[in-house]
Amino acid sequence: MKSKLNLNPQVIDSARDCAARIAESMQEFIDKHTTVSTERTILRLLGIDGVDEVETPLPNVVVDQLKDAGVLSRGAAYWIGNAMIQTELGPQEIAEKMSAGELDITKLPLASREEAEAKLLPVVMETLKRINEQTQKREEYISRIGEGRKPYLYVIVATGNIYEDVVQAQAAARQGADIIAVIRTTAQSLLDYVPYGPTTEGFGGTYATQENFRIMRKALDDVGEEVGRYIRLCNYSSGMCMPEIAAMGAIERLDVMLNDALYGILFRDINMQRTLVDQFFSRVIIGYSGIIFNSGEDNYLTTDDAYEAAHTVLASQFINEQFAVLANIKEEQMGLGHAFEMDPTMENGFLYELSQAIMAKEIFPKANLKYMPPTKFMTGNIFKGHIQDALFNMIAVWSGQSLQLLGMLTEAIHTPHMQDRYLSIENAQYIFNNARDLGSEVEFKEDGIIQKRAQFVLEEANKLLHAIEEEGLFRTIEQGKFGGVKRARDGGKGLEGVCVRDENYFNPFIPLMMGGVR
Amino acid sequence: MTNKTVVNTQVDLTKVKPYGDTMNDGMVQMAFTLPVPYGEEASEAAKQLLKKMGFEEPAVVYSKDMGGGFTFFTMYGKCQHTVDFTAIKVTKVDVDVMDRVECQQYIEDNIKREVVIVGACTGTDAHTVGIDAIMNMKGFHGHFGLERYKGIRAVNMGSQVPNEVLIAKAIEEKADAILVSQIVTQKDVHIANMTNLVELMEAEGIRDKVILVCGGPRISHELAQELGFDAGFGAHSYAEDVASYVLTELVKRNKAAQK
Repeated sequence: MKSKLNLNPQVIDSARDCAARIAESMQEFIDKHTTVSTERTILRLLGIDGVDEVETPLPNVVVDQLKDAGVLSRGAAYWIGNAMIQTELGPQEIAEKMSAGELDITKLPLASREEAEAKLLPVVMETLKRINEQTQKREEYISRIGEGRKPYLYVIVATGNIYEDVVQAQAAARQGADIIAVIRTTAQSLLDYVPYGPTTEGFGGTYATQENFRIMRKALDDVGEEVGRYIRLCNYSSGMCMPEIAAMGAIERLDVMLNDALYGILFRDINMQRTLVDQFFSRVIIGYSGIIFNSGEDNYLTTDDAYEAAHTVLASQFINEQFAVLANIKEEQMGLGHAFEMDPTMENGFLYELSQAIMAKEIFPKANLKYMPPTKFMTGNIFKGHIQDALFNMIAVWSGQSLQLLGMLTEAIHTPHMQDRYLSIENAQYIFNNARDLGSEVEFKEDGIIQKRAQFVLEEANKLLHAIEEEGLFRTIEQGKFGGVKRARDGGKGLEGVCVRDENYFNPFIPLMMGGVR
Repeated sequence: MTNKTVVNTQVDLTKVKPYGDTMNDGMVQMAFTLPVPYGEEASEAAKQLLKKMGFEEPAVVYSKDMGGGFTFFTMYGKCQHTVDFTAIKVTKVDVDVMDRVECQQYIEDNIKREVVIVGACTGTDAHTVGIDAIMNMKGFHGHFGLERYKGIRAVNMGSQVPNEVLIAKAIEEKADAILVSQIVTQKDVHIANMTNLVELMEAEGIRDKVILVCGGPRISHELAQELGFDAGFGAHSYAEDVASYVLTELVKRNKAAQK
């Protein structure tokens, strides 16, 4: 297809190749390391669940014991596999005995790595089967009851109480929403464990727990049957427990997960080594489970200027695409992020936003782009806010976005009330329907404002990527090139949870999931 | 004109009520949801509710079935109540706002040393947009942040900073002022958090030595003072508002100390 923006394919290729080299050089680092959260994820996938008497999750109990004994570098999989050989117990029983202080799995006779792997294989295959059943169930639902048209209408619920969230989510689905995201409670991203069980208390959101996932999944399946549309569930595979939440999402059939190491580094001050290692395993799980991941480039524009920093969004999208390629994620599962965040007082701001959105779609044609609404310049003037959201919706349908996080007229005031969600869904449905084929009808003036803007942003992104390749991604982040936020390589939260793998380390899930074993 | 009714077009400031298109018509527009199923009974319920709220002639101009037993209304009603505008008193940060250049000059003329301002978005709050708007070089909406001010050293600690860490930093930097941003105010988390900060500062014995300022879209000067802060800045405040206050207050305190 001819580029409407007259983008130079050589510049696109140059940028993409450069991003691939950046991602590969990071992958060398990632492949040498593991983290406490990555190891806990393996335990969860081996079926270890539950908490001890002080509410510490058993995956944490096991990993902490291995870490304290100084043997985590071999990987939790080896130690559980070996313990299964030596004790003839299952993973859950082993974890329970460790929690009760009745078993020290580091003091047992040692089998070989191959023996431990072989012992684990049936358990691993059982989990993969469980995940596959969920993937099939999603496909079955979509073919039987159908799904909404793109751009999918994506709304959030955030009451703090999972049962209240269910009421809000089902109401939103009845009003037309296609994707429900349950916002997490403030600061969950900084917890180094995943809370357990159903929860009813949270600030500005609801805890991501496996039980809460299950409750919401069932509620959305029920309402999906009622409205005749599969309703997708979204949560956050991010923060200190990034891969654990991806595993929970795979098991409980989440459909969309936010997953972006750069976001955690810049905006949650999570250590960059920790979260880049975690991101890899998260993306392997997400890719295998048919989940769409969302990257968080939109957030750069909340701290940096959306017009001036537009090229950083594109550069980051290229890098996120290549990280996803390395985790074997299909293009259709790439929800690369961007946002409508330019100052509304800017002359021709709409043209620049349109240019950026169409550029993203032309450069990542198969990706399911995630488009985020205005937040930074929402003021509490709900009437103007509704119009800002309308312009945002106009660009979405024009440029062919896939996941449309609906703007709320009450943004900057409170988390959405029931009627806010209805009004924003109505706004989007009206515009999407009324302007459905605008994109295929309209072309742009050669060398006009829209074409030139996109060409400029692409050139700048290409330059930035080459500078990143030269410096290395870690150094670039240290210099504050993304979002205007500087983070140190050894700073932030969670560095103590990173360790170098030893030569006998293995993670049984990565090769099987990347190999697409069904 | 033959119409005998005298329409008063003059406002009586001792008896103020909402204005639609005629003085004292009391017109108010409202939108809300009731947890009852859509229908005539729902509309009647909404009208009765408005009457109880003190509105005459309540009218449902739009209602919509939200599903699941909820109905949304857009309504009008005529407010019967009035307020005496002449008796209103509001506590505001009382300072002549200087622009950035004037602030810089003011420091040179009156303070003659570097002013240190430490800021953070504290507690569980992860939203840096407020503190960044005030402190970061770039500022917000064309208003440069404090980092750009010559004579001010602005230390932005970012988000989710525990109160203890903020205090330790303020002591280490010998801060003249502390800025606390609170964006998330759901379930009043900000109240407990800000109260805790004041208590900790008192325990450390530094409350009187530092100008303590808070800000956020839901913060008022009155609330700030109630919680033991020196000043509070709400929506539409920029770096120059905060800087003007801090610098003027600093000079005022120095003069008081010299007496």
